[in-house]
Order: sequence, then structure tokens, then C-alpha cells
Amino acid sequence: MSFSHRPINPADLFKDAALAALMALILALPLIGFRSVAEGGQLALTTRFDWVGIGVAGVFLGRLVLVYASSFWPPSGANFALAEAVREGMSRYVMALAGMGLLLALLLPFLPFSSRYVIDVATGLLIYIMLGWGLNIVVGLAGLLDLGYVAFYAMGAYSYALLALQFDLSFWICLPLAGLFAGLLGIVLGFPVLRLRGDYLAIVTLGFGEIIRIILLNWYEITGGPDGLSGIPRPSFFGLPFKPTTGEHEISAFHQAFGLEFSGLHRVIFLYYLILCLALITNFFTLRLRKLPLGRAWEALREDEIASRSLGINPRNTKLTAFGIGATFGGLAGAFFATRQGFISPESFTFVESATILAIVVLGGMGSQIGVVVAAALLILLPEFGRELEEFRMLVFGAAMVLIMAWRPRGLLANREPTLRLHRRDRRGGEPR
Amino acid sequence: MLSLAHVHVYHGPIHALRGVDLSVEMGEIVTLIGANGAGKSTLLMSICGAPRAGRGRVLWDGEDITDLPSFEIIRRGIAQVPEGRRIFSRMSVLENLLVGATPLEDGQREEDLQRVFALFPTLKDRQHQRGGTLSGGEQQMLAIGRALMGRPRLLLLDEPSLGLAPRLVQRIFEIIEAINREQNVTVFLVEQNAYHALRLAHRGYVMANGRIVLAGESKALLANREVRAAYLEGGV
Ligand SMILES: Nc1ncnc2c1ncn2[C@@H]1O[C@H](COP(=O)(O)OP(=O)(O)OP(=O)(O)O)[C@@H](O)[C@H]1O
Ligand SMILES: [Mg+2]
Repeated sequence: MSFSHRPINPADLFKDAALAALMALILALPLIGFRSVAEGGQLALTTRFDWVGIGVAGVFLGRLVLVYASSFWPPSGANFALAEAVREGMSRYVMALAGMGLLLALLLPFLPFSSRYVIDVATGLLIYIMLGWGLNIVVGLAGLLDLGYVAFYAMGAYSYALLALQFDLSFWICLPLAGLFAGLLGIVLGFPVLRLRGDYLAIVTLGFGEIIRIILLNWYEITGGPDGLSGIPRPSFFGLPFKPTTGEHEISAFHQAFGLEFSGLHRVIFLYYLILCLALITNFFTLRLRKLPLGRAWEALREDEIASRSLGINPRNTKLTAFGIGATFGGLAGAFFATRQGFISPESFTFVESATILAIVVLGGMGSQIGVVVAAALLILLPEFGRELEEFRMLVFGAAMVLIMAWRPRGLLANREPTLRLHRRDRRGGEPR
Repeated sequence: MLSLAHVHVYHGPIHALRGVDLSVEMGEIVTLIGANGAGKSTLLMSICGAPRAGRGRVLWDGEDITDLPSFEIIRRGIAQVPEGRRIFSRMSVLENLLVGATPLEDGQREEDLQRVFALFPTLKDRQHQRGGTLSGGEQQMLAIGRALMGRPRLLLLDEPSLGLAPRLVQRIFEIIEAINREQNVTVFLVEQNAYHALRLAHRGYVMANGRIVLAGESKALLANREVRAAYLEGGV
């Protein structure tokens, strides 16, 4: 898709739209055209070619309009100028927005509209925000494209589950251990990929992610294979479990200690605050690191490895710490996931998870902490709210992602505030990176 | 204090340096001139260990640093301003400078920063601007300032005048001289701009096809007929 000024030849326009429609036809025919319905215990195939027709016509017209309209769009340079100007005005509000978001997050369980469902969704969202912030260290700051982040999430979850189940250790001991193990795995996996860059790094990390999942799937004696691990202990409130009690005389559960009626909601709220804490720790840790030599070394490596070397940065250690710290946070999130679900299996740690987390980081504008929150909210809540759309949910979701990337090619909130002035752009020639 | 003995460097199959001998003494400004592709940048880079010398030795303060990793070499007081500046463009000027302090373990950052800002007042005004938005001259100043943040005893400069207007070239060379004289930093300068470089330096080397073909006092080189013919005439 090119945004050019020149008028478009109508024949090209139609050819382009026809091609798009053909692609849509090829995709829609098997996906939408046929549908299996259960009829008295049997699967029957029905067809929906009318839907396919509507879809293809829609794509044809849509493409026509899009390409035609794009010929009026300003060239991309000016587009950037506009985006930067908007962002400059925005940056002042971003901090205020962040403050409001934090306040909302802190008060959420006590707001009038919040129900068990709302808190559950928010908890799920916070897991992804935490994962996004963790991966942001590796991808956004250190510039290492990691497609296998889910491996550390899985490592944390399984470490937690196994420690808790086999050794009967409490949540507060298992949690840091799970983070530690994931971090160590990050360093171990980091070693062989130190010399790789860009796409090669992406492919190898993708492979690692799959290897870990396949190990989990096949190491039946330890991991339970496809059956997963169940009965994972729930966290306690510093020793006080969330459970209904019979004995009235001694304090043995959370609700008694605080003189409350027992309610299943207590645990849900506790879990919510727990992940909120973990996520905020991840965030503040990253923000702090950014101001320390290590954080600057990550960014320097991302920007220019040769210059970094010539300034005395040790690329090996710097990259390994990025992998290790990013993996640690992934592992902590995994441990939380395990204790929240009470059940884990390799199915929760597929490549789709890695891709979702990476999408959050990229969509958020690599390196932007607030961008991660906004992107996670979009990516996780959009499908949640779109449940009525049924099977078109993912279609709408995909379309939304494409639109966002077309609108803001460098992410919703591209990293750091530029101090760039508009009139300088022309002199520097093109888009300064 | 720096000496290279019979250094050979290979870029894969390319034999870029074919037995280089040279030395730089404390307090000197030494320049290395030569045509494009002669191997000047390769020489500078290999002093810092990337690429490593395939044969031959690099000695620094009497220590053999040939096989040390780059960061160890930099930590021993050598700083390099690489060819083409290589500013961290999405990081602010201040952050660029702070990355330069990497080789130091103790933190005299503030003092070093003020020293660099005194040398390059424009950097102080632009410290919160992104590196990539600086002009070419400002970027060169930033690259030099960044290298100075590590408090080097030897500064390796690769074509600092590249792409700068004549007046700025003059400025940069004055600053290099000031760094050498006032801060006691030894300078090893690779240049295309042979005239300016030889005027500034105490001694010079001329390189061609991976070998040192001429060496001597700057004045002598400036007067040398071959040097004039190859690097000076028409180019001043
Ligand atoms: N990374 C590399 N891989 C392969 N060959 C290289 C590499 N770097 C340099 N060379 C080759 O080594 C030779 C010397 O290059 P070098 O960059 O040192 O020259 P130079 O004297 O700095 O030239 P210039 O004045 O143009 O900067 C050239 O033939 C070049 O093609
Ligand atoms: Mg060169």
C-alpha cells in the first residue's frame, strides 16, 4: 500500500481491487463458505455462499475506496510530521492519563460497576500488561526480537506448580523461585543466540518457545504431558487462606481475621491486587533501570552495536541481562497465572501467546510503557467485548490491528518523547530515526 | 605507549592490513592518511579488538592487548570515535554522553559532563534533544564528547571532518588540539583531509593497500613530493 500523490489510473485501480477480492474469495470460501453443524450427534456440512459473496463484494469495494482515497493522503513524511505534532501536544496529557489509569486500577474492585466478571477480565488484562512490560525490556529496550517469550511464562507457571505440588512450599516462596528459574532459563537460552541479530534471532527464539512447549507436552512423568497439572494451591493472604471455615473460635481464614462474611470474591480481589502489584513492580523496575547504566547500555546496543562496542559496552553481558530480567518477569507472571487458574497445561503456552505479547509491545510503540497498557487493553479487551460477533471476532480484531498499524506505523505511543521540531525535518532529509 | 607490530587483519577473504608497524607516544597527535579503502578504519578498529589482528601484536602500555575483548581494551584508557559518528539517534544527547562513561566504574560523571559541555557548549543547550536530530557538525561533537566521557588517555578519531563544511572542519581541528593540549589526551587521527591533519599533527603515517608506505614528521610529509601529489594538490 503506497501513499502517493499522483492520480491513479482507473484500470490499475480495478485490477488492484479485483486482486484483493480474489484473495478474499480464496480465503472466505473454506472459512466462511462451509459450516459444520451438529445434527443429532452427527456433523453435517452446510454452505453459506451468499455470505462469501457479500464478503468478497465488500472487500472489492473497500479496496477500491481505500486505494482511491489514499491517493489524496499526504505523503508519508508529512504524515509523520502530523503524528509528531499531535504527539507533542499529547505527551503532556499522557502523564495525566497514566495517573488516572493507575487510580482506576487501584480502585477498580470497589467501583459500583465492578463485578466478579469485571475483576476477572481486569486480572487477565493485567497479566498481559505485565508480560508486555517484561518483553518490552527485551524487544523495546534491548532491541532483541524474541518470538519465544512464552517459554519463560511457561517456565514460571510450571516451576510454581511443581514446587507447590511436590514440595508443598507456600506461594510466597514459590513465586520468587519461579521467577528465578525463568530468569536462569532466559540466560541459558540467551547464550546461543548472542551473536544472532534481527530475523535470525527471531527464528531461533521462536524455535526455543516451541521446544519448551514440546518438552512440557512429552515429559509426562513430571509435567503431566497434555493432561497438565491440576490442583495447584491457591495463594493465601500471608498465611491466611481464602476458604469458608467451620471453627468459630480461632482465626484460620482471611475473612475471620478481618471480621468479614466469607465471600468467594475476596480471593478474586486479592488476586487482582496481587497481579496489579507484580505488574507495577515490573514497570517501576524498568523505569528505574532505564536511568541506570545497564538500561542505557541496552538502548545503546539496540541503536548501534558497533558504537556500543567502541564505547566499552560488553555486549554479551548486556544482552544476557536483558534476556534474564525479561524472562524473570515472564516467569513471575507465569507463576501468578498458575496459582490463579489452579490448572495449567501446554495448551496455555502456544506460539499464539508469544505473538500476542509481541503484538502488544509493537503496537504500543516499542519501548513505551504506557503504550503497552493501551495496546494490551485493545488486544485483550477488544475480543472480550466482541463476543457477540461470534466467529467474526478475530476478523474484526485483525482488521483493527491492520488499521492501527496503518494509522501509526511506529506504534500507538512510539517510544520516548521526541524534541524534534517540524521545520527541521526537511533539512535532515526524511524521517529521523 | 601504543605500538603495533606486523599487524595483519583479514575481513574474511580480504587481506585488509598487510603487516602494519606503527607507534604513538604519550602526548602526541599522530595522523594516518591514505586513499579510500587503504585500510585506515580497519587499523583503528583492530586496535580496539574488532576485528582482531590475525597476525602481529598490539601493545598498550607494554601490555599485549591483541586478544583482549573490546570492552577490556576500552577500559584500559583507549576511546574510539568510529567512522560516521554512530550517534545513538533515538537517545537524547545527555544519554549518549552517559553511555560514553561506561568504562568508568567510579562515578565522576558530573565533572566529566561539565568538562565536555565546556568544550562543546552547543551540546549543553541540546542535551535533551534526540541525538538523531542534531546537525552533522553537532553529531560529530557529540561523538567526540561521548568518547571523552570515558576519560581516555588515547583518543582514536576516524575521519572527524567527514561531511563537514570547511569552517566546521577548522573548529573540530581546533577542538582536537585543545583536547590534546589541555586535557593531556594523546590523539591518533585518521583523516582524508590530509592538509589539515598534517598541519595539526606532530607526526604522520601514510597508508596504501594495507601497508604503511611513508612515515615521518608532519612538516616533512607536508613537503614530501609524493604526498603532495597524491593527497594535497588540488585537494586543499
Ligand atoms: N566488514 C568488512 N567486511 C569485508 N571487507 C571489509 C570490511 N571492512 C572493510 N573491508 C575492506 O577492507 C579494506 C579496507 O577498508 P577500510 O574501511 O579500512 O578503508 P579506509 O582506509 O578506512 O577507507 P575510507 O577512507 O574510505 O574510509 C577495503 O577493501 C574494504 O572493502
Ligand atoms: Mg575509513
